[in-house]
Amino acid sequence: MTLSLHIEDLALSRGGRRLFSGLELRLESGQACALTGANGSGKTSLLRAVAGLCAIDSGHIAFGAAEPAAARSTGLHLLGHLDGLKVSRTAGEELVFWTGWQGGTASAMEAAVGRLDLQRLLDLEVRRLSAGQRRRLALARLLSSPRPLWLLDEPLSPLDAQWRAKALEIMAGHLTGGGLILAAVHDPLPLATLALEILP
Amino acid sequence: MSAALQLLRREMAIAWGRGGGLMVTGGFFAGATLLLPLASGPEPERLAQIAPGAAWTVLALSALLGLERLFERDYEDGALDLMAHAALPLEFTCALKCLGHWLATGAPLALLAPLAAIALGASPVLAPLLFACALAGGLAFAFTGGIGAALSLGARRGGLLTAVIVLPLFVPPVIFGGGALDAFTAGLPWRAGFALLGAYAAAAVALGPLAMAAACRNALS
Repeated sequence: MTLSLHIEDLALSRGGRRLFSGLELRLESGQACALTGANGSGKTSLLRAVAGLCAIDSGHIAFGAAEPAAARSTGLHLLGHLDGLKVSRTAGEELVFWTGWQGGTASAMEAAVGRLDLQRLLDLEVRRLSAGQRRRLALARLLSSPRPLWLLDEPLSPLDAQWRAKALEIMAGHLTGGGLILAAVHDPLPLATLALEILP
Repeated sequence: MSAALQLLRREMAIAWGRGGGLMVTGGFFAGATLLLPLASGPEPERLAQIAPGAAWTVLALSALLGLERLFERDYEDGALDLMAHAALPLEFTCALKCLGHWLATGAPLALLAPLAAIALGASPVLAPLLFACALAGGLAFAFTGGIGAALSLGARRGGLLTAVIVLPLFVPPVIFGGGALDAFTAGLPWRAGFALLGAYAAAAVALGPLAMAAACRNALS
């Protein structure tokens, strides 16, 4: 699936409070956008609105040639603070489940496990993993089922310096392959070609 | 399709897994049934009279136990976010979750229900009908219960709220099933009550997931 992300004149409210209005963004294949803004400015809400999880007040979110429903169900990955991993199950069980759920292949999953160095962690319950290890597991889920648009909510924050570099490398590889990244960040994102600051 | 099967397997693994969902529900069922002769006196004739109804009521109450966690856990850890924008429609996902819940707890309880009734002194002839009623009733309890569980997402003390929402929805299947069992014991025609119970279960399976998915989307947005 090829898609692009066009946001026009978007306005969003949460709990009766207007977060932002008139937001514009055009993200094409191979581009990454760093989304910045103060705490509570609506970065996460914007990502969830793009994924179709929260209602918008006005404006348009389009995915280029792709139908919105198809783009949302099979064309994007959402990676947030809540990673959807069950603490009572093992890392391996969860990775296999989500790979199957998102239509990924076993070979892609194995490659992702190798790339994120997860072999030794697969037998552990998710509750035993550190925050950084959990994030690596969540990143492996992204790689296991290739989808063009990645919506990332502070993707690097729990990672150490070595894994930050590795994660940036993975993200750069995704862009080279024609992917798109919209990432909410607090620190500058080196590979971002676009920047969007949410102002109230 | 494989995604659907995997979800069903995961739901059952979570329900059975660590913490022993089935042991807890089964233990509750056995314990509550045991309280009855202690509370109402041990005269065999009286116990035998109320045994089917008691097993049936305790079954409805046991069905409440796992409901609280049916959507709450996935809501809290973000899995519901990923399920809400997936190739599988959320309605179907909700139906699979309820089906998994029923397979993991409702169906085994249906095996326990006739045992409990016989232990209280009910006639063993009643066992097949009680088992069938418990199967169909359990399905109705799971799918109407799912509505309550989805509606109380994000609420504090969601389990209690779920019970309050769901108990009125449990009334029709309890009446139909209880009526069928009563009629069978008295040698009267019992098929009508059982057919109504089946119809209610079928309606719950068909319509419940629509309400659950709407409630989940509302909680997520």
